[in-house]
Amino acid sequence: MTYILGISAFYHDSAACLIKDGEIIAAAQEERFTRIKHDESYPFHSIKFILDYTGLKLKDIDKIVFYEKPFLKFERLLETYLSVAPRGFKSFSKAMPVWLNEKLFQKYNLIKSLKTNDKSFNNVKNIHFAEHHMSHAASAFYPSPFEEAIILTADGVGEWATTTIAHGIGNHVEILEEIHFPHSLGLLYSAFTYYTGFKVNGGEYKLMGLAPYGQPIYEDKILEYLIDIKDDGSFYLNQDYFDYATGLTMTNKKFDELFGFPRRDPQKIELNKFYMDVAASIQTVTEKIMLNLTKNIRKKYNVKNLCLAGGVALNCVANGKILEEKIFDNIWVQPAAGDAGGSLGSALALWYNEMNNKRTVGEKDSMKCSYLGPEYSDEEVQEILTNIGANYKVYNRNDLIEETAEEIKRGKAIGWFQGRMEFGPRALGSRSIIGDPRSGDMQKNLNLKVKFRESFRPFAPSVLKEDVNEWFDLEIDSPYMLMVSRVKKNKLKNNHEEVKKAEGLKKLDIIKSDIPAVTHVDYTARVQTVKEDNGIYYDLIKKFKEKTGCPIIINTSFNVRGEPIVNTPMDAYKCFMSTNLDCLVIQNCFLRKEDQIKF
Amino acid sequence: MDFIKEFINYFKVRKKFWLLPILMFLVLFGGLIILSQGSAVAPFIYVIF
Repeated sequence: MTYILGISAFYHDSAACLIKDGEIIAAAQEERFTRIKHDESYPFHSIKFILDYTGLKLKDIDKIVFYEKPFLKFERLLETYLSVAPRGFKSFSKAMPVWLNEKLFQKYNLIKSLKTNDKSFNNVKNIHFAEHHMSHAASAFYPSPFEEAIILTADGVGEWATTTIAHGIGNHVEILEEIHFPHSLGLLYSAFTYYTGFKVNGGEYKLMGLAPYGQPIYEDKILEYLIDIKDDGSFYLNQDYFDYATGLTMTNKKFDELFGFPRRDPQKIELNKFYMDVAASIQTVTEKIMLNLTKNIRKKYNVKNLCLAGGVALNCVANGKILEEKIFDNIWVQPAAGDAGGSLGSALALWYNEMNNKRTVGEKDSMKCSYLGPEYSDEEVQEILTNIGANYKVYNRNDLIEETAEEIKRGKAIGWFQGRMEFGPRALGSRSIIGDPRSGDMQKNLNLKVKFRESFRPFAPSVLKEDVNEWFDLEIDSPYMLMVSRVKKNKLKNNHEEVKKAEGLKKLDIIKSDIPAVTHVDYTARVQTVKEDNGIYYDLIKKFKEKTGCPIIINTSFNVRGEPIVNTPMDAYKCFMSTNLDCLVIQNCFLRKEDQIKF
Repeated sequence: MDFIKEFINYFKVRKKFWLLPILMFLVLFGGLIILSQGSAVAPFIYVIF
């Protein structure tokens, strides 16, 4: 038996993952334990969870692999600074001490950190390094249900690569083409995230959610001045308008002048039509680039399956467009497509690509529904709840499902905590807030009263796999909520003109379909298809369908604005008590807000 | 020692030998700056600059 521990850390979204003879055993992101969103620190708690969960010690782990190569990253930094010197000195003087003092000696720092998990750790020779985009490519291909696939990875930047095209067949992945820094689709999107006043490396999905409220009137400007898209699918960014390569910001003064407005200061400037139009424009351009790339690689390599990973693969709207265009027969997206998933990819790359082990492909992917994190037994939960003085009722499985489905039907917002926590940024029915999608004011209420976030943010539907075609234009499985598709025409209200005329956030007030809480203003939804593999979550939706005829519930992550998704029953209880959630279901315990004593 | 071996391997693979003098410079002066944080070497650095 060979155990491999994959680690991603020290940039953002640090995580750890364990595989045993190629089988994914456990994975978790550090932010869930430390409660610091996108935590970049050494994943001490994630590794501790993995060791506790498996009963292993670090000395039992055969190989440890880090998800990127620090020397190559340092090389890129040096060459970039040299190429623009003396410009960039400020950034250079900030970066170098950190690199010379710390990051260049990543292996030794890693050993030091690993010793904090296990004092006796001394297996220095078994520490390996994978290339950043190879980690992404491996995380996309090896768990996929494909024997052969073309793999597209795109993110901000790894070592040099920002976008790669790789070919996966059997147990082997080979990178075929790369686009190098500073030409980066991820950084282009992040530059606009920054410009519209959201946080880089986290706010990108807000920009994506904002896009349908605007019109892409700046698309031509972006294509004319900022990016040159070539016929072969590659692209080049005009560095005159960006500052990220050598400065401390993403965009510069020239960028502001191009659009006629400064970067939005979220404390001072409300989201207005201008920023919505900018969001719509960059989203359209991103889709154009992704479509151009995927069409080209389909033509060039003629492989029918596509695997996606890297931060850009979390742009589910662009993924939906690739699907809609039917460029590939099948698409599979790694649920932890961001850097956290690099921990998984680096481990798999070592096991298959380097150690040349046999890979067996099944009908299903090998991500185990992405339920790879910590779990708590019914007894543990009851003990925790009793100790904190919570009032709860214990139900058997059927009654728990019955009661929860009934409360959803009554329009209640419910915190739902079951089984192992998800790996990846999406809540998939383990740590979710759920509700009735048929309710007209649910989206606004959940956003403002429960999640305390911007009212424009959409919610996703979890739909029974067998009913998905009746409600959405989606022909493939979307178990990880990474595909956006249109709500079926016969489920839409006949008020397109009214929606079209409404400006900006006023679009939100119009009921657009039979499931308004999960229908975005452009009549799309970020669908999660739920199968029997999803266990109790599947049974719950089935029960809701029995009661209402609707096989869909709202599924949004169990957290409030600015906080990571809950991990422990205590996190869940705190979130329940500090928001307007009506009920909380943890394992077989049912809690009602009115029964609780205030904190 | 291992670190130096790894760096030599890096140069063997990447063959970017022109980066070597820049790196030496950075490591030397970077090392001095780091050392200067401890008071023993600090006076010598003030003399140099």
